[in-house]
Formats: sequence, structure tokens, C-alpha cells
Amino acid sequence: MRRTAVLLTSGSLFGLAIPSFLLVAWLLGSASGVVGAAILPPPGQVVATLLAMADSGELVQALVATVSRLAIGFLLGALAGTVLGALCGASALARRLLDPSIQALRSVPSLAWVPLFILWLGIFESSKICLIAVGVFFPVYLNLLGGIAGVDRKLLEVGTVHGLSRAQALLRIQLPAALPSYVTGLRSGLGLGWMFVSAAELLGASSGLGFVLDDGEQTGRPERILAAILLFGLCGKLSDVALAAVGGRLVAWQDTVRR
Amino acid sequence: MAIALQVAGLRKSYADMPVLGPIDVGLAAGSISVVIGRSGCGKTTLLRCLGGLETPDAGSVTAGGAALRRESVGYVFQEPRLMPWLSVARNVGFGLAAWDPERRDRAVAAALDRIGLPDAGQALPKQLSGGMAQRVALARGLAPEPDLLLLDEPFSALDPFTRAQMQEHLLHLHRAYGTTIVLITHDMDEALVLADRILVMRGGHGVPGHIAADLAPALARPRRPADPLLSNWRASLAGLLSES
Ligand SMILES: Nc1ncnc2c1ncn2[C@@H]1O[C@H](COP(=O)(O)OP(=O)(O)O)[C@@H](O)[C@H]1O
Ligand SMILES: [Mg+2]
Repeated sequence: MRRTAVLLTSGSLFGLAIPSFLLVAWLLGSASGVVGAAILPPPGQVVATLLAMADSGELVQALVATVSRLAIGFLLGALAGTVLGALCGASALARRLLDPSIQALRSVPSLAWVPLFILWLGIFESSKICLIAVGVFFPVYLNLLGGIAGVDRKLLEVGTVHGLSRAQALLRIQLPAALPSYVTGLRSGLGLGWMFVSAAELLGASSGLGFVLDDGEQTGRPERILAAILLFGLCGKLSDVALAAVGGRLVAWQDTVRR
Repeated sequence: MAIALQVAGLRKSYADMPVLGPIDVGLAAGSISVVIGRSGCGKTTLLRCLGGLETPDAGSVTAGGAALRRESVGYVFQEPRLMPWLSVARNVGFGLAAWDPERRDRAVAAALDRIGLPDAGQALPKQLSGGMAQRVALARGLAPEPDLLLLDEPFSALDPFTRAQMQEHLLHLHRAYGTTIVLITHDMDEALVLADRILVMRGGHGVPGHIAADLAPALARPRRPADPLLSNWRASLAGLLSES
């Protein structure tokens, strides 16, 4: 009795308990007519919508549009965050010069830039990618800088007694020590990237998952909205798992209880 | 080339609180000096000043009239301070980046052998016990074959048997390279087994650390803690340490 309880609650499947319950409630609610199809269409209809989208090629097209926007925006934002984070981490001069301005920009909610980006870069791809890159930039920059600045002074002293130059200490001690924090930054950056790609596409796009969301609203088809939400969630989770797996390998040396 | 060390008028304070000095002492080239004293009397501060990790408020540390050169000094900290992302072998070779890889690999393998961890090269620091990690840190300090070796309680985390082995290892290295050694301990037997010269430090509680006694135990090597001659020295050392 006790043993079964332990088995049930210790497995990774335990986390599926609440989603399964909600799915069953959703199925029953739809089947019994308690929940109207105009509010929440039955699961079967959402699946059918997904299949139809796959059949017509719309699914692949939307995924490709969204994922490529995200990928380009993420790479640009992460690159800028990495370069500036490393620069400010390495040089106190650069930090004193750049960090106050970056911190000031950070206090502007990223979505507030949208009108300006549209004016400057047009309504098409550039402004969307720019918004995503801005969203990704900040967590990458902040975590890398924090990781470099937070390196244990005791380890830096090991560099000192071995005669390491500033540049060598950065390369051989500070950057590796900052790696766990950097991976965290990349993961939160990716999460924000998904958030901003959906926002950018909602605000005006003719392709992508966000467009499917918007289209579902305009045409009053909640099953399309739910299908797009499902895809967003799935893709977001998959990309995070992939990044966490790569990052986890890089920081496997960490002596933590659980990764 | 072993180096002689001259320390003159060395003082250090933290936040206007004097913790060390003045220290005036000359250490002969190729000698083993052991600094012994109670916790908080300023031993680590002295060693950090010698190793260039602290800038003294006054005084100088010179080798043959010239400033100490960074490359000629090895330092082993009181804690292992291994880089957690590097394998044991890479930690041991940390100070050998400028060596050619083949020579480095040989030096690392030999160092691991001598500290009794020949098969631990690929392990990560998190897999080591405290004593193992401290031995790896010792190997890292010894590997570059420094002219002057500064050791801050390097064996205090080791069990008595391993401790004796590591002392033996240090003496062996000293015979081979003639390295000038300054070692901190709070263990009287360790001081008496190793030292050509014992510097007894006093200080703490507002009194800046200073050298209260300077002994040269005339004992034949190899030394054994059980040796009755050594016991006499231990008694006088205990007397010096308990005075305050
Ligand atoms: N970084 C520091 N800042 C302020 N006080 C310090 C610092 N390091 C050491 N001290 C003080 O200096 C004194 C000597 O310390 P230390 O040299 O570490 O002693 P020991 O190594 O003999 O135990 C102690 O009173 C300690 O509190
Ligand atoms: Mg100490």
C-alpha cells in the first residue's frame, strides 16, 4: 500500500496527473454539453483541426514561419547579449560606460518598442525579429555579466598565483565559472523569444502560429486558437528541453543536488 | 634555482586594524621554514604577503635584493580551490599551460602518481573527498617546480597516515629540487618533522602577528615523531606556544 503510493508519487509520470484530470474534465464537459462548443470546442475537434492543418500544408508553413523568426531573433539577441555581457564582465571600464544605459533600456517594457520598430523597419520581418532579439538580449546579457562578476574570488586567486593575465583569467576562470548562469540566461532568453514571437505575429503577420491565433479570433474559430496554443506550448517545451540538454552537458561538472 | 628570501619591516592591517608586523626575517635558499602559531595570529596574512596576494602596508619581500618573480613562486592554499569544471589532471596541469603538451602530460602523470592518485586524472573535483582534493591542490602547486613554495596548512585535511606520506613526498621533492619552502601548520609534530627552522608566531585579539621565537631544531633526518630527541623539542615548542 505504502510502496504503491511511493511508486506513484516518485515517478516522472506523477506530473501528468493534473493535465490528465483536466483533459478528462474537458472531454466530459464537452460531451455532456455543459461547456458550449463556441466557448471551448471538444478535444476531438482541436485534433481534427490540427490534422486538417497538417493535411493542407498550413501547419508546416506556420511552423516554419514562426520557428525561423524565432531562430534568427534568438541568435541575434543571444549574440549581442553574449558579446556585451562578456565585454562588460571583462572590463570595468566597459561596464561603467555601457551597463547604466543597458539597464535604463531594460526598464522599458519590450513591447513598448513595437511602434518604433515598425516605423523604422517596416511591418514585415525586420521589426518582428528585432523585437524578439531585444527580448532575448536582456536575460542573456544579465546572466552572463552576473556570472562573470560573481565568480569566486578564491578561484581568481589561483589564477593570480599562477601568473595569469587579465585576459587569461577571463578565459580560463571567469567564463567557465559563468557557464551555468549563462545557460540559465539562454534558457530564459529562449522563453522570452517564444513570448515575443507570438506577440509580434499577433500584432500583424500573414503567416506563423501567431497569425493562426489572430485568424482564429477574427473568424470566430476557437478550435484554431486552441490548436495554435497547443503548438506554441509543444514547440516551446521541445526547444527548452533541447537547450537544457545541451546546457546540462556543458555544466555537468557542477556539484548540485539535482539538475 | 632555489632563492633566499628577505622580509623587512612587513606590516599589514585590515580596515585600520593592524593584524601583522613588523616582520623582519631572512630565509636561507633551499631551507624549510615552518610557521606555527594559534589560529588567528596572522599566519595566512604573512604567507599571502609573501606570495603577492596582499599588498603590505609597509615593508618589502625580496629575493637576492630584487623583487620576487611571480613565475618562481608556488602557492598551496588552505582549501583545495580546484576548478570544478576541469578534470583532476587538468587541475594539476593548471600552471603548466606554457609547457609543451607532451612534457605537461608526463609531469601531470608523475604528480598524480606521487600523491597516490594515479588513476584519478579523468575524475571531476566533485567526485573527490576533501583529503583527495587537498592532495590534488598540492600536486598543482608542486607541478611547475617553483623555486619558492608557500604552503598554508596543506596537510590539515588529511588523515595521519596520508599526512605522513605527503610530508615524505614534500621532503623528497625538496631534496630533488632544493626548493625554498615556507609551510604553515598548527601541528607541532609536523613542524618538528619538516623544519630546518621554526618560526613561532603570536598575535590576535588586537595584537598584530609577530615572530615570537625562532628555532632551528638540530635533528638528524629522517625524523620520526617518536624519537626522544624530538620529544624534547616538542616540550619546549609546546611551552612557547602556550605562553601568551
Ligand atoms: N580579509 C580580511 N579582512 C579583515 N580581517 C582579516 C582578513 N583576513 C584576515 N583577517 C584577520 O586577520 C587576523 C589574522 O588572520 P589570519 O592571517 O587568517 O590568521 P591565521 O592564518 O593565523 O589563522 C585575524 O584576526 C583575522 O580575523
Ligand atoms: Mg590561516
